[in-house]
Amino acid sequence: MKQYETVIGLEVHVELATKTKIFCGCSTAFGGAPNTHTCPVCTGMPGSLPVLNKQVLEYAMAVGLATNCKINQYCKFDRKNYFYPDNPQNYQISQLYLPICHDGGIEIETETGKKVIGIHEIHMEEDAGKLIHDEWEDCSLVDYNRSGVPLIEIVSEPDMRSAQEVIAYLDKLRLIIQYLGASDCKLQEGSMRADVNLSVREMGAEAFGTRTEMKNLNSFRAISRAIENERERQIDLLEAGKQVVQETRRWDDAKEYSYAMRSKEDAQDYRYFPDPDLVPVVISDEWIERIRAAQPELRTEKLIRYREEFDIPDYDAGILTSSKKMADMFETAAAICGKPKKVSNWLMGETLRLLKENNQEPEDMRFSPEHLAELIELVDSGTINGGVAKEVFAEIFAHDIDPARYVEEKGLKTVSDTGALREAIAEVIAANPQSVADYRGGKEKAIGFLVGQTMKAMRGKADPGMVNRLLKEMLAE
Amino acid sequence: MANVISDETMEYVGILAKLELSEEEKRQAKKDMERMLDYIDKLNELDTSGVEPMSHAFPVQNVFREDIVTNQDESADMLKNAPAQRDGSFVVPRTVE
Amino acid sequence: MEDGRLLEWTALALGKKIQAHEVSVTEAVEQTLERISAVEDTVHAYVTVDGERAMKRAEQVQKQIDDGTLRGPLAGVPMAVKDNLCTKDLLTTCSSRILENFVPTYSAQAVENLEAAGAIILGKTNMDEFAMGSTTETSYFGPTRNPWNPEYVPGGSSGGSCAAVAAKECFFALGSDTGGSIRQPSSFCGVTGIKPTYGTVSRYGLIAYGSSLDQIGPIARDVSDCAAVLEILASYDKKDSTSMMRADTDFTSALVDDVRGMKIGIPRDYFGEGLDEQVREAVMDAAEVLREKGAVVEEFDLSLVEYAIPAYYTIASAEASSNLSRFDGVKYGYRAKDYDGLHQMYKRSRSEGFGAEVKRRIMLGSFVLSSGYYDAYYLKALRTKALIKQAFDRAFEKYDVILGPAAPTTAPKLGESLADPLKMYLGDIYTISANLAGIPGMTVPCGLDDKGLPIGVQLLGNCFQEKTIIRAAYSYECSRAKLAMPGNVQQAMTGNAQQAMTRNAQQALNGDGQLTSNRDGKAVESR
Repeated sequence: MKQYETVIGLEVHVELATKTKIFCGCSTAFGGAPNTHTCPVCTGMPGSLPVLNKQVLEYAMAVGLATNCKINQYCKFDRKNYFYPDNPQNYQISQLYLPICHDGGIEIETETGKKVIGIHEIHMEEDAGKLIHDEWEDCSLVDYNRSGVPLIEIVSEPDMRSAQEVIAYLDKLRLIIQYLGASDCKLQEGSMRADVNLSVREMGAEAFGTRTEMKNLNSFRAISRAIENERERQIDLLEAGKQVVQETRRWDDAKEYSYAMRSKEDAQDYRYFPDPDLVPVVISDEWIERIRAAQPELRTEKLIRYREEFDIPDYDAGILTSSKKMADMFETAAAICGKPKKVSNWLMGETLRLLKENNQEPEDMRFSPEHLAELIELVDSGTINGGVAKEVFAEIFAHDIDPARYVEEKGLKTVSDTGALREAIAEVIAANPQSVADYRGGKEKAIGFLVGQTMKAMRGKADPGMVNRLLKEMLAE
Repeated sequence: MANVISDETMEYVGILAKLELSEEEKRQAKKDMERMLDYIDKLNELDTSGVEPMSHAFPVQNVFREDIVTNQDESADMLKNAPAQRDGSFVVPRTVE
Repeated sequence: MEDGRLLEWTALALGKKIQAHEVSVTEAVEQTLERISAVEDTVHAYVTVDGERAMKRAEQVQKQIDDGTLRGPLAGVPMAVKDNLCTKDLLTTCSSRILENFVPTYSAQAVENLEAAGAIILGKTNMDEFAMGSTTETSYFGPTRNPWNPEYVPGGSSGGSCAAVAAKECFFALGSDTGGSIRQPSSFCGVTGIKPTYGTVSRYGLIAYGSSLDQIGPIARDVSDCAAVLEILASYDKKDSTSMMRADTDFTSALVDDVRGMKIGIPRDYFGEGLDEQVREAVMDAAEVLREKGAVVEEFDLSLVEYAIPAYYTIASAEASSNLSRFDGVKYGYRAKDYDGLHQMYKRSRSEGFGAEVKRRIMLGSFVLSSGYYDAYYLKALRTKALIKQAFDRAFEKYDVILGPAAPTTAPKLGESLADPLKMYLGDIYTISANLAGIPGMTVPCGLDDKGLPIGVQLLGNCFQEKTIIRAAYSYECSRAKLAMPGNVQQAMTGNAQQAMTRNAQQALNGDGQLTSNRDGKAVESR
């Protein structure tokens, strides 16, 4: 069999983190009842007119600058005309002729080394509404709450050659955009969506093969599987002497296959023309500089700083900066308690464990850095011990409780009254003659059991160090 | 130069425009369109090389909104004229996925 | 108040009497509604008349006038709105079946401005469907007839508004002008209308035809009323990105009878083949009146006039094909009864909902934007538009005002135009360029032809120079007798309206009555 090379380009849609939609003053908040975040503009009422949300433009510029793009200092919006019920005007306002950013790229790193993936362009556009299909009545329900939510579409060059590179590219893109605060980039929730353009060609061939576009990829796993599946499908076609048809396909992740979204009613002729209801955007050099200057520290810069500033291992710095939310949590908590190393330990240990347990992303963390810092203080001051701290942290993680008050209310403070402790120890010694004998007989390890029994008797509210010391003292008597 | 529009083109434009014309309408529309295009071809007499296409007659630019929520729940108003609605949503024939 | 006399006043005159408590708003509304019921069978200027709403509103406005909170010159004056402007809780159809049941939940900004000024909306006026047409015959609700002679069309697309003003079914009306839709029917109906500079009046709530060309404007009985209404309509609107911030919207300050030294250019290209001889004479006579009053009048070559129509129909149809795609039976308006699946619902709803002319333009517009044709047609038209704008820029370096006819002929008979759409399009030759260039234009009546049908003279100004053309128009108006309005005789309201109106027009033509044609070139002092 011939050797084939896979050529992949991505069209990544990112929902921007604005408060309002791109062309009207409706909220972009998730979860409202159907059509409660709509107005004449985003439902395509007759006579309504769009006005551009300035924040959308500034986020798009920020992403463009962070991905080394050139900014089109004269840019325009165009109408993309096609009929579909989720598109209330039956045209989508987008950018074809003069998109906001063009000709950039980002560096990715995979097992095969470093590589730059080119970005052809970034354009601004509006999202569509949502269709809910009624299985029983053969109809669909249309909700325009998402209609008009601002998107940027980042179109890469066909520079990727494997699923691994695609994932690395998406990961890098996601981090950049999260760090800019331009979007939370959640694949599952659809605030980041990737369409995969894929073709294959014989190894060493110059010309590209015919490509297909794959839609409905909702996770990195789905993307990897779809790429593998589509690569094989195209190679099978070519090997059988058939041709790849240029088409849009939809991935069904449950069934692990894709099918063509073809219909004779979809002519795919969008009749783009400049939207006469919107005026051109002219961007001055000063404006670009202002956006550049306001650019927050991105991951690469953060990594370097963490190494210099915090004395934490490279591996830990890598994890802490792998999400904007995590990095923010780390820096804020460290600034409050002044103990970066300990904050890092809590995040790297318990936090990651609990996230994994709950099947969550770092972006889903809901507790405040103040409470984490406070918890560290409670431990360091000996108010609670390590075991209690874990229990308290679980509460912080789940309900963002105030640890000091929680410890107070639940009576979890370490008992420093040696009288009570001595009493407890005396009882443990009396109740466990075998262990006592073992210890006295030279089995040092036996003391561990006795410490555990004492902690149990104290319901965890004792400093294990102190228990150990008093035990030894009393056993020596 | 006389423009000739094929039946296929008429069919195609009908799909784009979502219009279903009767045979008689199609015949008439084809004739009208050919005549209009012949007439529009008059523009080819003009040398427009080097002329920028003008979308807006005036150089208005940079009209923006601030990112502030101004709209409340207007769903009742938005649905008021809906030909078919249910559970706060517009109802359409099932879209094929 | 003697029945009917009130109807003879201009909007400003009525407004003054209302402020002076000589007439009540209710009285004004009642009498206008009576007039409407008397002549509507003949004229059919309205798609919707809502007397109840108007009477309720009249009471509110009267209260505000009485307590001194409403002091504007048009407070309490009954008016009409073209049916492509959204009016909250009032049917808005665009004279199309596809919007036959559409009741907006919001009003156009222009409508809000007028309502805030205390104007009383009587109803919505008939128009060519989606403003596509030049005769008001493409309305789904049937044609409007010319009040001067019901066998003739009122022009279009704002034919209902112009006919309503001419037949005294309101004191003024709103129209929209994409390629002459205010100026041409104003000419045919013997009333005064202004298309302002693009961006002067907010388009929010105007159901779009060709968004880059559409502009709302006033239609009234004389220049002063027009200026007063435009003053209220004009406002910067942050809901319309193409709205212009202007400081010079005190248009009534331009109502000055003085044109000394004003430079008026007459484009030779507007007086060529196809222009009716009587129209030519009447328009040249109007120019002569202004020359006699001290204006400098000379002929010049504007150039490119014959390219305006093909450029216009390309741009307007392209924009319309996209603007009208939202009418699909999903969110509002007409949905076909029988269909199988989504795409057939779209196709049937649109095919049954739109009339022939609208479908024609949607097809043309979709074609010129389709893959492979965009550059050859659409971009070519936009380049032509740029050249036409440059031609006007050059002309306005030399002239303050460009004067010419508003239309090549007077109103055609009903049924004559639709048979040959291209010929109908050619009738827009003098008005279309102003929309392409974004400049203001207005039509003022300047005579009658031998059939007794009105002729209008068109005045074009440079961008933002409405005041210059208002001044020229006002000066002209001061020096010629006002056209007798049709049906201002009592007969029109009783008995055979059709006969009465025709007779009135005949009388006017014979100089038997208030009308004095100035065809002999002499200005006739009327004030």
